[in-house]
Amino acid sequence: MSERTRLAVFLAGAVPLAALLTLALIGLPGSDLPLGDLAGTIAAHAVPERKGTNTVIDVAFDYRALDTLGEEFMVFVAAIGTAVLLRATRADDERSNVEERRELHGDDASELMRWAGGALAPVTVLVGLYVVSHGQLTPGGGFQGGVVLATAFLFVYLSGRRVASGRVNALSLTEAAEAAGAAGFALIGIGGLIFGAVLMENFVDLGSKGSVWSGGTIPLANVAVGIEVAGAFVVILTELLDQLVVGRGARR
Amino acid sequence: MNAPAYAVAAWLLLVGLYGVVTSRNLVHLVVCLSVSQASTYVLLLGIGWREHATAPIFADIPTGTRVVDPVVQALTLTDIVVQAAVTALLLALVVQARKRLGTADPNRIGVLKG
Repeated sequence: MSERTRLAVFLAGAVPLAALLTLALIGLPGSDLPLGDLAGTIAAHAVPERKGTNTVIDVAFDYRALDTLGEEFMVFVAAIGTAVLLRATRADDERSNVEERRELHGDDASELMRWAGGALAPVTVLVGLYVVSHGQLTPGGGFQGGVVLATAFLFVYLSGRRVASGRVNALSLTEAAEAAGAAGFALIGIGGLIFGAVLMENFVDLGSKGSVWSGGTIPLANVAVGIEVAGAFVVILTELLDQLVVGRGARR
Repeated sequence: MNAPAYAVAAWLLLVGLYGVVTSRNLVHLVVCLSVSQASTYVLLLGIGWREHATAPIFADIPTGTRVVDPVVQALTLTDIVVQAAVTALLLALVVQARKRLGTADPNRIGVLKG
């Protein structure tokens, strides 16, 4: 299909779509109305019932925890999928050279990058742990904190420090952490089935509102998800960065 | 009124789709898909927004304060996680396609594969 025909076909679909979207969005209820039944109930009862002051996390990790379990496994599968796809291409190149070039990478980083990366990595780890552990109180949670933790790895990489040396062990450790995090959340869910009545039921002491130990299984699930997401993103980043190393080696 | 949010959502969806249709590089295509997916965040948050309401975090406000919809915010969180996972997988596929077919231009891949 030529570019012109393709654009014509796109416009033939996009113009009616734009018209329908405008119609549909104009018909949405206004922002001066009170919250809907479900949202109103959650806003009024989540904090007294679950003690977690962040109602968004109360929804994601308690009332709608089953969905979040599926979501967590989606990240898990995406990380595995990325690793499988990229390792398949890497097998085409000479495998041993990849290891060698990884070792060489450390020489590329400038003095400033070494410094900045080294200084930022521990701060990032601290922020990540804070975001994971305070998800039930303030904006944050396992998903957000996990991604922050994974960026700490990126800082170490950019500073040219040897993530490379002994990396095979480090990567299998990350994969194990990822799997443990995913299994942890699932076990917390099954715990609800054993100690309570239904899957994902909150079965731990709820604690008092506003303390870090509040929300029962919510902070536990956040920690499990934080480990899982950090592991998954480190796996994804490592695999994509390895492609960079392979590509650079090929061009030289 | 949250009409501006809805307008931005519709614009992001259409401009992202335009980018996908006219893309000449698979990485660019993946980014354009992310742009059109970003419209769903704006739409969800726009639907949940209420006038004179604050964030649904009761850490330092009394229960019963007028807040925006917490349910759509939780859905937006799911949405963002889905996008991150999809983008990672698609980028891995792009790397594969570039290696196998020697090009990242979707037009030329079409020619090569018939």
